[in-house]
Amino acid sequence: MTEEIIIAGFGGQGVLSMGKILAYSGVMQDLEVSWMPSYGPEMRGGTANVTVILSDDKISSPVLHEYDTAIILNQQSMDKFESHVKPGGILIYDGNGITHHPTRKDITIYRIDATEEAARMRSAKTFNMIVLGGYLKVNPVVKMENVIKGLKKSLPERHHHLIPMNEKAINRGMEIINKVE
Amino acid sequence: MRELKLMKGNEAIAEAAIRCGTDGYFGYPITPQSEVMETLMAEQPWKTTGMVVLQAESEIASINMVYGGAGCGKKVMTSSSSPGISLMQEGLTYIAGAELPCVVVNVVRGGPGLGTIQPAQSDYFQAVKGGGHGDYKLITLAPASVQEMADFVELAFDLAFKYRNPAMILSDGVIGQMMEKVELKPQKPRMTEEEIIEKYGDWATTGKTRNRNRNIITSVELSSENMENFNHKLQAKYKKMQEEEVRYESINCDDAEYLLVAYGSSARICQKTVELARAQGIKVGLLRPITLFPFPEKPIHELAKQTKGILSVEMSAGQMVEDVKLSVNGITPVEHYGRFGGIIPSPAEVLEALKSNFLEG
Amino acid sequence: MDIKEIIKEENIVYKKTSVLTDKVMHYCPGCTHGVVHKLVAEVIEEMGLQEKTIGVSPVGCSVFLYDYIDIDWQEAAHGRAPALATGIKRLMPDKVVFTYQGDGDLAAIGTAETIHACNRDENIVVIFINNGIYGMTGGQMAPTTLPGMKASTCPFGREPGQDGHPLKITEIVAQLPGTTFVTRQACHTPAAVRKTKKVLKKAFENQINKRGTSFVEVVATCNSGWKMSPVKANEWMEENMFPFYPLGDIKDI
Repeated sequence: MTEEIIIAGFGGQGVLSMGKILAYSGVMQDLEVSWMPSYGPEMRGGTANVTVILSDDKISSPVLHEYDTAIILNQQSMDKFESHVKPGGILIYDGNGITHHPTRKDITIYRIDATEEAARMRSAKTFNMIVLGGYLKVNPVVKMENVIKGLKKSLPERHHHLIPMNEKAINRGMEIINKVE
Repeated sequence: MRELKLMKGNEAIAEAAIRCGTDGYFGYPITPQSEVMETLMAEQPWKTTGMVVLQAESEIASINMVYGGAGCGKKVMTSSSSPGISLMQEGLTYIAGAELPCVVVNVVRGGPGLGTIQPAQSDYFQAVKGGGHGDYKLITLAPASVQEMADFVELAFDLAFKYRNPAMILSDGVIGQMMEKVELKPQKPRMTEEEIIEKYGDWATTGKTRNRNRNIITSVELSSENMENFNHKLQAKYKKMQEEEVRYESINCDDAEYLLVAYGSSARICQKTVELARAQGIKVGLLRPITLFPFPEKPIHELAKQTKGILSVEMSAGQMVEDVKLSVNGITPVEHYGRFGGIIPSPAEVLEALKSNFLEG
Repeated sequence: MDIKEIIKEENIVYKKTSVLTDKVMHYCPGCTHGVVHKLVAEVIEEMGLQEKTIGVSPVGCSVFLYDYIDIDWQEAAHGRAPALATGIKRLMPDKVVFTYQGDGDLAAIGTAETIHACNRDENIVVIFINNGIYGMTGGQMAPTTLPGMKASTCPFGREPGQDGHPLKITEIVAQLPGTTFVTRQACHTPAAVRKTKKVLKKAFENQINKRGTSFVEVVATCNSGWKMSPVKANEWMEENMFPFYPLGDIKDI
């Protein structure tokens, strides 16, 4: 099994930390992992993206130009990455602020309105965990128990009291993700 | 019990530095390697191992603090990225001329000038051809994973002390910024003054005791004859490195009809290219130099005999390709493929380049 | 009376310190460097510091300083001595570390290293020889060359509007919280020599007492570069250098 994922959105949406939690979950499941962020000034409010690879085998290139799964959280990223999903791959997007919806027919597209849901839950910071939940629902590459372990590893101890809230957000994401027909 | 951690290449450099008993780090912030000093400052090793960590006023000061510490026989290091490494060239040639061991990490970004902060491999010449004035070489190691970022700190120190020569870890923004699993080695104690003298000899400035002449760390020599003799000594040292310290990895080379040569992050990309090519029935192998100086000339020459074409892949306009050509010495065609300015080539485009150079037309 | 009788211990009134080597100095007759070298060597001997002192020599006339004082030395690149000294002292805080630098080294190419070492409370001694000219390279303008003073790169005299102003770096480092003792002395008379030795001793004592940076400037002559006899150079220094670079302690806390 090798799963090559790009997560792309605005800086501040928790793109990098979502990737980090996914990578940590992979470590907990004894997978090989790589996490390669975009870095630099674009992190300050511009676009941010991270490539996460989970695999049973040693990972060759940590930098990719096509992906099994693209998780897209703003329009710029949609414009940039829709065409980079492998045929037969998955595209997951948050509908908030999307004006040009994905059009490809050779991939499976899911929509998760996580921004709205986070606002409804009055917890903007759990936005990325709602998205993560949606992803894990459609592609359960890592077990939930390993995700919780991954959360513990990637969050500093002083934030461990937030884990139940994050778990709740992941579960909520699993409920609200919908396939776009 | 193996201790597996998920961390960035830059963080791995810092953690490994503490654990292998480094005595001092002197640096100046620059993207994309600032995590090295940030990690060290957060870990506060001066409270545990006694390692000194200091933010200097410039890269020029950093490398000269390294000179001072290295002259005392201590394990001292610095890290920077391309523009900062340019500023360090003066210090590096003095350190090479004074025959001091030290470790310098370059997390390369695209140039020239202030350039970009995105990854590149355009400092190859600067690293392996000396970099500053005079005939000298840096031992140059090219990590291709976060694990190697960690492992090469101690290896670089070992080689630096063995040859009393500066060693460079030539990385780039990909390896520095990415996170992978790392197994860190257990903490080693820092060496005492007596252990250093016993292991490496009594050459450092630790205070002139009654039982020895004064130790002088210098690179000045006004007599041309003495200077030539000293240069002969340096060249003999580099020759010995060439004979004894070449390190490389060969991947799918046994039956290879075409060969990719790539180091660092380009080698990771080319590994994927090999997979793609083999899936299409093209017999491609990869030779990954681990030491860029000394360069794996002989293994490349040997592989040239069995291959129909060699593609040197770098994130530069073509630097290592010159050493590949020298190694191959005309017995098989050698071409270069590179993206630069912060662009990372895709495995597929490398395969296309291989095909267009050697399989088509 | 034969020679053996003369050199008896009880007849000795003056003896070269054993910390000074027997190597014949390469300095021009009349140069101040030799005097300051001797004072530094005497202070090291009298304080019993020979086995724990590491000197950092500069680029300039005193580049071969390590030939003359019998301690461990590191030779720095031009201007970088305070950075080397920082590395040495931080890694070996129990040793005694000093730099010895000329005006070009300390106040032109090495200004950043000088100021930042002083500003970091580096527990070192900085000895600064200011003769207002580049001696080693043949008499070019220094950062401390006086207005109107001739040098090979200002042959008609330093013109501040064109060549910049002489830099009072000692007054600058005295402003920094990291310095504990900043003084300016000279070696043109026996009394001045004794005074300079006294401040050097104090500077080394400060280091042993972990008191931060001590900075000792010695206003010096370069009779070759100034194209004067040693006696005339001393007179010229008194008349022209001292009014601009007044002697005395600038900071002592």
